[in-house]
Amino acid sequence: MAVQTGRPVAGTRGGKTARGPRPGPGTPSGGLRRAVSTHWYAWAMVAPVVAVIGVIIGYPLVRGVHLSLTDADERNVARHIGVNNLPATYEFVGLDNYRAALTGDQFLSTLGWTLVWTVSCVAVTFALGLGLATLLNRRIAGRSLYRMLLILPWAVPGFVSVFAWRFLYNEDRGLLNKLLAGGGIDAVPWLNDPTWAKFSVIAVNIWLGVPFMMVALLGGLQSLPGELYEAAEMDGADAWQRFVHITLPGLRPVSTTVILLSTIWTFNMFPVIFLLTRGGPGEATQILVTQAYKFSFEISPRDYAQSSTWGVLILVLLMLFAALYRRVLRNQGDSW
Amino acid sequence: MGRADPRPADALRRAVPARPPEPGRQLVTLAAPNPAPKPGRPNPGRPNPAPTPATDPAAATPSGAGRITSATGGGHRNRRSPLASVALHATLVVASVIAVFPVLWVLLTSLKPAAHATTTDFLRDTTLDNYTGLLRDTPFLTWFGNSVLIAGLTTVLGVFVAATTGYAVSRFRFPGKRGLMWTLLVTQMFPVAVLIVPIYNIMAGLGLLNDPVGLVLTYLTIAVPFCAWMMKGFFDTIPREIDESGMVDGLTPFGTFRRLVLPLARPGLAVTAFYCFITAWGEVAYASAFMVGDENLTLAGGLQKFVNQYGAQWGPMSAASVLIAVPAALVFLFAQRHLVTGMSAGAVKG
Repeated sequence: MAVQTGRPVAGTRGGKTARGPRPGPGTPSGGLRRAVSTHWYAWAMVAPVVAVIGVIIGYPLVRGVHLSLTDADERNVARHIGVNNLPATYEFVGLDNYRAALTGDQFLSTLGWTLVWTVSCVAVTFALGLGLATLLNRRIAGRSLYRMLLILPWAVPGFVSVFAWRFLYNEDRGLLNKLLAGGGIDAVPWLNDPTWAKFSVIAVNIWLGVPFMMVALLGGLQSLPGELYEAAEMDGADAWQRFVHITLPGLRPVSTTVILLSTIWTFNMFPVIFLLTRGGPGEATQILVTQAYKFSFEISPRDYAQSSTWGVLILVLLMLFAALYRRVLRNQGDSW
Repeated sequence: MGRADPRPADALRRAVPARPPEPGRQLVTLAAPNPAPKPGRPNPGRPNPAPTPATDPAAATPSGAGRITSATGGGHRNRRSPLASVALHATLVVASVIAVFPVLWVLLTSLKPAAHATTTDFLRDTTLDNYTGLLRDTPFLTWFGNSVLIAGLTTVLGVFVAATTGYAVSRFRFPGKRGLMWTLLVTQMFPVAVLIVPIYNIMAGLGLLNDPVGLVLTYLTIAVPFCAWMMKGFFDTIPREIDESGMVDGLTPFGTFRRLVLPLARPGLAVTAFYCFITAWGEVAYASAFMVGDENLTLAGGLQKFVNQYGAQWGPMSAASVLIAVPAALVFLFAQRHLVTGMSAGAVKG
């Protein structure tokens, strides 16, 4: 939406800002029937979403939380062997799984790396996306061509790009090491050394994420009114001052949203890690999500309880982050 | 909160990408003459004081670009210094090369004989053997069909559901609206890990494992929340007077939505369709867990086969990658005209 973000908004507009063609009373005093007659079409329109989310997310979520309070694994859940139906025999263990996760080394070290991964990916992606958006927002020859080329990593399905990078990173025969060899430099174990592997997965994720940032921020830049820049120039602001005092505040509505979204997405970024390194070498690049997946589908016996426990912890962490993020924004005067 | 744009016409006009400047005008620029400087780096080519329009030969308004609303568009008209121009283009060229190269390299590899797959030559004995081998000896076409079916269904259903939801939260005030908006945002945070086992069990219970329908339902839960947010942003840019005129003419809310508002929201629908398609086309975790057996795999699952089972066959794998990327890129091209507008429309909260 082309918002006029000319000046930083002073004060907040909390509460409901919904404007309907017939702004009905928020809570009808005439009881349910009147509510239904007023809102039935709105409810009918959102019904499909509510149904899908309820069935595919609501129930699994409850069940996931339940599993995390048990000792369920592959050997004690209800299953069929041939024609025999074996009933579930797992037991309720309370918060044991959480205690084990939060006091054990594995969860905390994985969490540490996940935070490093998220912060570095989002920060670099945002900086690069903003830089490129600023360049593309000028009148420059071949602008559309540049934009098309720069968006390409987003247009190609992620798993294909990841395979492309695997190909480039390959230690014996990958192009990167061949180029280094051409320069007389020893081969780098891009994906086989814990530190290099961390660097490599971050690089790939940044490569994948920049186009989205760039496009979103470019949209934001194009909705900024030019008059402000003229006025600033009249007042003698140089380019850097204009950027800091007009562009950045003007982009706030867009940038706060994309940063929140991309933080969440990066935190839960499954395919890059899963396909590039499988969490290896060892467990060096395993983030919380891939590790939880591994508990469920890659080890034997499959450990459903631990996987669900990690999943619930991930969710709690992200909820806390979103709440905190909102609070910070509120305090800075954005109405969220 | 995004305030409604008092000039919706501009918002719609912005959906049309600005044309690049005409050839004769390439040196004339409306931009500030130096790229956004990075802190700690001296600025090449600081601008001279803006020349007065009367003495500036380049002061003519550029034609063709409609209204310049760009951040740097303004009254500042002077030539960018050659040095700044070179720096600007150099930066963009380097970035473009980095963006394109991995994909390009896979394309070039797919055209080499498998024996030379890892050579560093750009082209060598160009051949289509990898493609013919892939189509003949592997179940690639089956996987491709599965992916088309799943992505197509996800797109159709996703656009429908996201559009109705987005419209409802954009236009009506109803009990449960705030909760719904937050739910949509929170579902973005759900890790695959917490849901995948229960969804796996549900699908097993319903007999939907190894069934495209199961994956489609799952993908809807991923794509729809974000798309509904985006559609809401789009609908917010469409003036309410249109709805009101529909009501005045006796249309039901549904009629107004279908006949008046949806046609105006076409760019939004394109972006939503694109997002749903890409989500379904490229999803790995659920596809790997729910689909087993060669005949049920999607492309994301199938491509992994080339690595694990046969020890990285780069030749067929690069050919498969190209064939997977092409449809996605086509869908992307179709939607990309609207992407910039779409992303910014949806990114603003309201």
